[in-house]
Amino acid sequence: MASGPSGSANALQPALIPGGPTEAARLGTATGISPVWGFILRRLVLGIVVLVLVSIVVFAATQALGDPARAILGRSATPASLAALREQLHLNQPVVAQYLTWAGGLLHGDAGNSLAAQEPVTKLIGDRIVNSAILVLCAGLISIPLSVAIGSYAALRRDRTFDVATSLSTLVFAALPEFVVGVSLVVIFATTVLHVLPAVSLIPPGGRPWDNPVALVLPTLTLVLAVTPYVARIMRASMIEVLESDYVEMARLKGLPERVVITRHALPNALGPTFQVIALNLAYLAGGIIVVEYVFNYAGIGGALRDAVSNHDLPVIQALAMLIAGLYVALNLLADIATIMVTPKLRTRL
Amino acid sequence: MSVVNPLVSNEPPLIQSKRPTGVILGALGLGRTRIGLGLVLIIAAIAIFGPLIAPHGPADFIGLPNTGPSGAARFGTDHLGQDVWSRFLDGGREILLLASAATLLGLAIGTSLGLLAAYSKGALDDVLMRSMDVILAFPSIMLALVAIATLGASGWLIILAVGLTNVPRVARVTRAAAQPIVERDFVAAAEAIGVPRWRILFGEILPNVLSPLMVEASLRLTYSIGLIAGLAFLGFTPNPNGADWGLMIQENQIALVVQPWGVVLPIIAVALLTMGTGMVGDGIARAAAGIDRVRAE
Repeated sequence: MASGPSGSANALQPALIPGGPTEAARLGTATGISPVWGFILRRLVLGIVVLVLVSIVVFAATQALGDPARAILGRSATPASLAALREQLHLNQPVVAQYLTWAGGLLHGDAGNSLAAQEPVTKLIGDRIVNSAILVLCAGLISIPLSVAIGSYAALRRDRTFDVATSLSTLVFAALPEFVVGVSLVVIFATTVLHVLPAVSLIPPGGRPWDNPVALVLPTLTLVLAVTPYVARIMRASMIEVLESDYVEMARLKGLPERVVITRHALPNALGPTFQVIALNLAYLAGGIIVVEYVFNYAGIGGALRDAVSNHDLPVIQALAMLIAGLYVALNLLADIATIMVTPKLRTRL
Repeated sequence: MSVVNPLVSNEPPLIQSKRPTGVILGALGLGRTRIGLGLVLIIAAIAIFGPLIAPHGPADFIGLPNTGPSGAARFGTDHLGQDVWSRFLDGGREILLLASAATLLGLAIGTSLGLLAAYSKGALDDVLMRSMDVILAFPSIMLALVAIATLGASGWLIILAVGLTNVPRVARVTRAAAQPIVERDFVAAAEAIGVPRWRILFGEILPNVLSPLMVEASLRLTYSIGLIAGLAFLGFTPNPNGADWGLMIQENQIALVVQPWGVVLPIIAVALLTMGTGMVGDGIARAAAGIDRVRAE
């Protein structure tokens, strides 16, 4: 992240507020709005700039590099079919015009037509967005409280049995790729050891994921196991740091009961960095679903992206890449803002 | 994945004064490092020497598809009637090779950019680190998929794409570690006697940031292995007909009920390998900083 104007070695503060706290404050006073709003405004503008750059990268990687028409049609391409496809994808226009047509379409909610299905991309992925959102929501609702609880408790019981046990198991689970966790769960609960849960989570056309909640169990569990260790480790580290701080010491010396020290003084400050990690992990879930949905044949955007890459279906790839990256940027933005809001220490410095 | 985790991951995760050799010795004194190293060595040995002891060629058809273990095939046959054991012994080389190359590429570029950003400060620093943020705005696997979509899953492209996802993370760690070093007197002294810039970066500053870099390297290796195995699992490998642990899991998943070995063997190998690199990384991190490292994908 940006170094503060002072270029100080303290990575903590400048990292959180690009340009440093003084700059955020200056922006606030210059425009006559509060520093918090100045900060939020600044982050919003930055987020939009990142999104524009992301769209350029997505476009460049899919359409401007190489010869997409040939990549899509493969060896069976005839000059006539190549020409027709170039026409459909606007490949015969200058690159900048192509980009503007595409980006303009996206802004109007028009992502073009899928090459494989010959249908509008938006229609194709509409239901899948809902399906994926359900999956991410389930995983988030379980993993976030779970990881905050595990991390905090491990910090309070530092170096005791619970801490050592969770430290080792989170280390192991954090290292495992999602598809290894997912397929292992299938082997254990669906096909080989036990036969209690479905191995695939098919959603019939027109159906909804909640019609068959049992099918959601294994994909959700996979995502929870992928995310929880990460957040729990950061929660633990941040809680330990807070517990050793001067203000917690002060609160204890004042004679406050330990419960009050932890819930009123330690937890709010420890949640700051964890908020970022939570948002980050929701965003990470948005990427993790690519593999997990494929493991369970779940009809979401992740599975769709995998199939689109396999079929060289450029408009679908572009739309899904922008969707996932957009979600990523938005969640990062929210995390930055939420951190400022919940961390008393940082809010007063702003 | 450390897009917005500055409070934790940008905090210099290091005590610069520790020498790399001291860190390695310290790490080797920890149980988890030794266990991790043992796991990595076993799996690497299977990957490297496995093809020499495989009873059949990886693409030889030796019987009916999806049969259970028998005298001819120790772990049965796969979805095409190929020997699961032989393909397992043959399937690790590619993952190890691609993951190591992608890690080294990410380390080389990321370290250079991080050092340059810390040393230059000002506008160049801002431009470099903001471009890193753009790369971080993609989930790693999506970045690789987008590249594969048009250019095909060749070995070089996978190394480049996965290497690229490693760059911003390495650059951040290097920059954070190098920032305090840049201010030190010996750097000013080197400037004063006219040492060229690249020698200041790599000769003066780099040796002082090696400990955090070793931690990051093991972390990046763990993620590169997971990412490359994951891409293979999705069906994107340089050689779609070849033996590859990730691909084997995908090919044989459909027949799990009748013939689990085609999935179970490669799953165990990938799991032990990533667990091993993860434990080694944790050991190095503990030895380097004396604190817990948090996973920062």
